[in-house]
Amino acid sequence: MTSETTESGTARLALFLCLSLIVLVFAVAAATAIGDYNIPLRTVFLSVTNELGLTGAEIAPIQQSVVWNLRLSRALIAALAGAGLAICGAILQALLRNALAEPFVLGVSAGASTGAVCVIVLGIGAGSLSLSLGAFAGAFAAFALVALLSNGATSGPNHTILAGVAASQLFNALTSYIVTTSGNAQQARDVMFWLLGSFGGVRWPDFQLLLGVVILCFTICIWMARSLDAFTFGDEDAASLGVPVARIRIVLFGVTALLTATIVSMVGAIGFVGLVVPHAARYVVGTLHMRLLPACAMTGAVFMVLADIASRMIATQQTVPIGVVTALVGVPFFAIILYRARPQT
Amino acid sequence: MSVVAQSLIWGVRRRTIVSDVSFKVVRGETLGLIGPNGSGKSSLLRLLAGLKRPISGRVEINGQDIAQVPRKALSRQVAFVQQSAATDTNVTVADVVRLGRTPHRSALAGWSDGDEAAVAHALDRVDMASRKRQSWQTLSGGERQRVHIARALAQAPQVLFLDEPTNHLDIHHQIEILRMVRDLDLTSIIALHDLNLAAMFCDRIVVLEAGAVRACGTPDAVLTQETLHDVFRVKAHIVPTPEAHRPHIRFSPE
Repeated sequence: MTSETTESGTARLALFLCLSLIVLVFAVAAATAIGDYNIPLRTVFLSVTNELGLTGAEIAPIQQSVVWNLRLSRALIAALAGAGLAICGAILQALLRNALAEPFVLGVSAGASTGAVCVIVLGIGAGSLSLSLGAFAGAFAAFALVALLSNGATSGPNHTILAGVAASQLFNALTSYIVTTSGNAQQARDVMFWLLGSFGGVRWPDFQLLLGVVILCFTICIWMARSLDAFTFGDEDAASLGVPVARIRIVLFGVTALLTATIVSMVGAIGFVGLVVPHAARYVVGTLHMRLLPACAMTGAVFMVLADIASRMIATQQTVPIGVVTALVGVPFFAIILYRARPQT
Repeated sequence: MSVVAQSLIWGVRRRTIVSDVSFKVVRGETLGLIGPNGSGKSSLLRLLAGLKRPISGRVEINGQDIAQVPRKALSRQVAFVQQSAATDTNVTVADVVRLGRTPHRSALAGWSDGDEAAVAHALDRVDMASRKRQSWQTLSGGERQRVHIARALAQAPQVLFLDEPTNHLDIHHQIEILRMVRDLDLTSIIALHDLNLAAMFCDRIVVLEAGAVRACGTPDAVLTQETLHDVFRVKAHIVPTPEAHRPHIRFSPE
């Protein structure tokens, strides 16, 4: 690539990020306005500025509370979760050199469900452990098992994927065992519903925690973005380009596990975003990770907020699990990208 | 830059794959590594390039023990070209060659004029400058190998290691690649299968047998009927050519 095209690539990324930021702001505003009862955008805007202490407009306290305490925190968490899952997907697709890799490939969601079931059904922790903490612990247990099975992530990509498959099977079996032997039908349904993902019940403290984790993980990933590019032709090639392969793999697997586990423990295992968004972003900004990761973050954020809006609008009076919507909305969109990006031979 | 192997030993579990290998390559020399399948050529090449750690023994590049040199600093001095490395990623020729600048760039550094010049020079050197925007996936085997060599050259190394760079190439491209490597102003060490190509392009040849050095020297000194019979279990006639030290080998079917 010549320097002109490097610059045009950067310009393209900047344009893409600006546009997606504008779309994100509108999507978050829409997500805050739309709901069981709709609130005018003007009221949404004034409620937010009121809360920030910028204005002192007269707004019904109930509206202000719905906007600020329920919907805005929910929309922002959706954006962060989308961004986080998309980043994890891009990282794992590069590290494992597999286009099918996604955030749950290392068994994290299966582990989270086992952890959640232990808390909900078995009552481990006797009420002192929250569902989220149980899920987080389970997710990390699964990740630790995968790391162990794949020699601390130093063996090849396929080995790691197989270890992830084995861990997923094990933890799924454990979950099924616990649910069938000691759970009642209602508890099983609760777990299922939670696993399919929901942004109901998330509040500002969740947002602060997730924001911190996303910023930390994103910074580490950007720091290692150039090393990720070196994995294009495999681990050995990366090593011959001076990349400390084992260290990068361990750190980045750890980062993706932390990010995924945090998201899963908060909002459930929302599929599809982490698989599809990196492919879509690659199609727009190319394969270099320094550009791909920011583009993934923005695209994932927009996609998840829109999916959350859709999940509240598809069926009246109830919320469709977000994981169902991401797949329903995502597949047609993905089909278009696959069609347009087909090899030109 | 000189490359010195001192009593290198390497293996997996109880199987020794490289056993007590020592030799010296002087600056600017092209050394061929030949030997039957499983004789340890690829493993030895990886030990020399620092991609594997020997169980014992050491490798010195320009008098420095490479085990003491950090990974990144080492890859500014030596480059390694794998045999037919592939990717599914949709990258262009220029993207691949730009990867060669990885060891020269810090985590967040921008793309410098020096990087650009190194990439342009490397692409020129392998005659792929006009194809730099072409997609990697549309290249032929020979072109891919040339791009890999360009990527290695963009690393600005002083020593180049190539693992069977002519595999799967037609004879025209085999000769073209090896001529290109020989004419580079670098110390190169090449693992090769084709003995005649080794005789044609290498200044010296190391013959490996079961992980050990069986012979080391100029092509005519090493490629003898007895050695070929013992190591490769073939009958061959060595035909002298007008070029000094570069014999031609004719294999007989019996």
